[in-house]
Amino acid sequence: MNRPLETISLTVNGTTHTVAAAPGRRLSDVLREDLRLFGTKVGCDAGDCGACTVLLNGAAVCGCLTPVSHAEGARIETVEGLSTSDPGPLQRAFLRHGAAQCGICSPGMLMAATALLRDTPGPTRAQVETALGGVLCRCTGYAKIIDAVLDVAADRPAPAMPDVGHAVGARLERLDGAPKVLGTEIYGADHVPPGTLEVRAIRSPHHAATFSIGDTAAWSGKASAQVFTAADIPGENCYGTIPAFADQPALAESRVRQRGEAIAIVVADRATMDGLDLDGFPVTWAPEPASIDLDTEPARPLHDNRPDNLLIRGFVQTGDADAALATATHTASLEFETAYVEHACVEPEAGIAWLDGDTLCIQACTQAPVMDRDDCARVLGLPQTAVRIIPAAAGGGFGAKLDLSLQPLIGLAALKTGRPCRMVYTRAESMATTTKRHPARMRARIGCDADGRVAAMTFDGDFNTGAYASWGPTVAIRIPVHASGPFRTPNYRAKARAMHSNGPTSGAFRGFGVPQTAIVQEILYDDLAGAAGLDRLEFRRLNALRDGDRTVCGQKLRGAGIVECLDALRAPWARALAGAGAFNAAAGTVRRGVGVATCWYGCGNTGLPNPSTVRIGLTARGALVLHQGAADVGQGANTAITQIAADALGLPVAQFTLVGPDTALTPDCGKTSASRQTFVTGKAAMLAGQALRRTILSQTNMGDGAALHLDGTRLIVSEGQGRHEIGLCTLPIAENGYVLSAEQTYDPPTRGLDENGQGEPYAVYGYGAHVAELEVDTALGTTRVHRITAAHDLGRVVNPLLSEGQVEGGVAQGLGMALMEEYFAGRTENLHDYLIPTTGDMPRIDTILIEKPDPEGPMGVKGLGEHVLIPTAPAILNAIRHATGARITRLPALPHRVLAAIRASHGT
Amino acid sequence: MATYHRPTDLTEALDLLGTSPLTVAAGCTDLYPTTQAKSLQGDILDITAIASLRGITLDGAGWRIGAATTWADIGRADLPPGFAGLQQAAREVGSVQIQNVGTIVGNLCTASPAGDGAPCLLTLDASVELRSTAATRVLALHEFLTGARQTAARPDELVTATLIPASATAGTGQFEKLGARRYLVISIAMAALRLQTGAGRITGAAIAIGACSPTATRLPELETALTGLPLPDAPRTVTRDLIARRLDPIDDIRADRDYRIDAATELVRRGLANLTVAKEAAA
Repeated sequence: MNRPLETISLTVNGTTHTVAAAPGRRLSDVLREDLRLFGTKVGCDAGDCGACTVLLNGAAVCGCLTPVSHAEGARIETVEGLSTSDPGPLQRAFLRHGAAQCGICSPGMLMAATALLRDTPGPTRAQVETALGGVLCRCTGYAKIIDAVLDVAADRPAPAMPDVGHAVGARLERLDGAPKVLGTEIYGADHVPPGTLEVRAIRSPHHAATFSIGDTAAWSGKASAQVFTAADIPGENCYGTIPAFADQPALAESRVRQRGEAIAIVVADRATMDGLDLDGFPVTWAPEPASIDLDTEPARPLHDNRPDNLLIRGFVQTGDADAALATATHTASLEFETAYVEHACVEPEAGIAWLDGDTLCIQACTQAPVMDRDDCARVLGLPQTAVRIIPAAAGGGFGAKLDLSLQPLIGLAALKTGRPCRMVYTRAESMATTTKRHPARMRARIGCDADGRVAAMTFDGDFNTGAYASWGPTVAIRIPVHASGPFRTPNYRAKARAMHSNGPTSGAFRGFGVPQTAIVQEILYDDLAGAAGLDRLEFRRLNALRDGDRTVCGQKLRGAGIVECLDALRAPWARALAGAGAFNAAAGTVRRGVGVATCWYGCGNTGLPNPSTVRIGLTARGALVLHQGAADVGQGANTAITQIAADALGLPVAQFTLVGPDTALTPDCGKTSASRQTFVTGKAAMLAGQALRRTILSQTNMGDGAALHLDGTRLIVSEGQGRHEIGLCTLPIAENGYVLSAEQTYDPPTRGLDENGQGEPYAVYGYGAHVAELEVDTALGTTRVHRITAAHDLGRVVNPLLSEGQVEGGVAQGLGMALMEEYFAGRTENLHDYLIPTTGDMPRIDTILIEKPDPEGPMGVKGLGEHVLIPTAPAILNAIRHATGARITRLPALPHRVLAAIRASHGT
Repeated sequence: MATYHRPTDLTEALDLLGTSPLTVAAGCTDLYPTTQAKSLQGDILDITAIASLRGITLDGAGWRIGAATTWADIGRADLPPGFAGLQQAAREVGSVQIQNVGTIVGNLCTASPAGDGAPCLLTLDASVELRSTAATRVLALHEFLTGARQTAARPDELVTATLIPASATAGTGQFEKLGARRYLVISIAMAALRLQTGAGRITGAAIAIGACSPTATRLPELETALTGLPLPDAPRTVTRDLIARRLDPIDDIRADRDYRIDAATELVRRGLANLTVAKEAAA
């Protein structure tokens, strides 16, 4: 029985609104859906992430935990109230410090900080940490957010836009930052045109089951909703990121292979959906025995075409590892186990689909718009030209949004209903159904000679790839290529297997398996340094790959920067060791330790094409347009690619207008993954900028040194005394609506791997090393990381502000992986049982950016995004070992595991 | 459609509760996380508009913390040193956002084994006031907490306050919380202490452990062992055996059983040491 909703009066940012809302509704939901104040974000609906923080009579509260009845008569403040059209002082501080990356946590951070600053105008760092401790950020590692809050009083102006030719290297604020701090950015859940229907999925509560769907017509009629199942899918009900391995249904047909798999969608208007009890959906489940780890064989093969549940093997071999190990002076071996790790993007997946004539438009969070288009077209039985992907701002990516999630489901709903259809995952749904980092079981052995020169390594790893293929093949191929670390390893054999289970599908997660392998190699390097009597950093330096050396794949390296990274860490390393030694000289429960670890990472696809195409055009009206097709999920492609294009063309960054990776407007720049965008799309942007410059110069007969100047519709080219003016409005409009334009494609030159993994898998590598300083409480097993010094070779630093942000965020994810993150299917589908670092868990981070140019990268550029995560966990583990003698063999290093390892190391 | 009552008067609230089963809501920080729906589920009795239920008061019998009193209210209040542990807990629980609306009585009613309120209140000999239209009864906290997520409250009863006898606030309190991260963390183990001292010796000890048994629990054997000892001797008197006999921890994703006992032992030692340091600093 329905009775009229109560009318509630809400005063938000000084304006009083009257809404009809149930008194028990979440304030965050009313603000967003009824008042259309979409600046307040919802990340968990459980008070665990703080993204929805608003002020109620000046106090910070979670909008998701506040019944709207409690807000009646109160003064409510949201991010929209912090400023009018231009950012206010705190928002400007956020921009200045690069405190917003993806921006999804920014409104919550800003509101929590506002409450603090009113009570405590000059807070200490500790006070800021506490005030922001209830808001999670997955991108930044918090340092820049805290810096911004501490710096608000300074209210300095934004740095001037760089001059022509000086964009690359400039500490430029992100070009797309303002909407993120104003709360006006449009994420997947934030575009809701009139008439929008909501979509929810019916999902499996079982890890493995068969099912039969009952009388949906009867149920949907009663529920005033529409139901669509696999039978309604017009195309091929199978997708996958790698076509040869595609195995995932958009809606399961009769069998589910993992918990959370969708079997049907329900479509209804919002009011109806909010009142629906989806638990009453007519389905009968027949659960089957499930295996969610690799301990037990699944009861039946996950996929008929993979009878032994083996998805793929990766293999690299050079020299004779067994023989070399047999004669090595020192050898060390290790077995190590890592957990499922969740991306924990603060934004749960969300998007909306609608029909524009015959074109299906899908605006959703993604890192791979063209791949989304192609797979949606396949599932929905449409030509690729009839599907348009309009990437929404993504509230975090890290690999999670490289797979389809809700795109085919909202596409199906829009096709069937003809109405705009929106879907917003719940936190539990997001965690249960999106991909994870592969849990790994690794065995490795490394040997060196008496001088400490590494002679050989063997590596064997089983990676739990979960129910579906996703990016499992990419991970399994990448692992043996990288497991040596950036070190000369003349005799080498590495094997990796990606094995199916009924666990969550493992896919892409920052580092694609390399963060797991680096742990094993780096722990063993500490063992060998000790055995050889060498300083741990010097042992690594001795073995580091140098220009002209060959990798385990036989590739001759150019621009190898690992030695430079280690050299930059020598002084911090010595200081840290001295400090820990002095501290530990006194007896005590707390022991300090220092660890070092390295990384290398090949940028782009492994021995496979991955081109990017960039278009730059000038319109007759004088607009300079960059079609920037690299999805910016917070890492900063919109800014970095523009900086490269600007210097290549010779016009200032400030004059560029960006068109994003909308598949109807912008050429394909591939996926935002594998640290490829600044390198690959950056190179395409450089080539496009140079090509447009050549076109302009050739029309004016000016030399290479000529300066360009765009003034309204006049393009002025000058060199010395020469001056030529092009009237853009007088030129004929040519391709794509531009009077002058250029389009360039770049595909990194690689050579595929042979049966022994020999080849040239990547055109560019990046390098880094971290020193971790920490203390371990030897009575409780708790670890507190004080400081990370991170040296990374970027080849050429395009934007130091953004680069530091990548490092700090990568350290945070590495720290989480090392110390607290462990996903259990069905048990940690929330952000209070699945822990990621908060403001109070982060160390001081000192970033050292090194420029050893790469001959292939644009202007010398190498990738950075994945590299930054890889050394953190092994550096922490090595520091725990240094502090206590404890050798951790399973992640995360939770207090009970550390304490057990300490006791084992003492033989007690 | 579910009903939502938000009376301003306690009598009305008790009448409603006596008429039909209702879910009592205050800060809602434990209620919303149990659902991913947009609204509180079920029929709700929201007690936050009843002014008489919010606040901390002292009368002849002792202290009274009303059912709608938030953690932030407790953290900010001017209270004797015996409450210091409770106030530390109030500033540690969840996050600022949680502390601003979450209530300590709600924390007791949720009765999570890892609830931060119970160990501190146990050291303060707290009791719980339950009211219905028929009667008012007072239960000692350990009688109220009957198991993991179970209490002795009847469906028609509203917990209106937690009561602390004036005699139980002597001495100084201390709270030690252990979690796998700094903020927003469910405790692996926690210890609450309240010590009375005189002439450098412990004259009275109240010690409770949380997250190591279905309900938080006092450690009477340890309290007895400590009483009469010189303060500096206290930490080394704390043995694993004295702690373990009252605990029954579980293995879960946060820690294993043995670790929890070890951690509880260490937390008690640290609590004693921290109180000793504070005492010396004050002297």
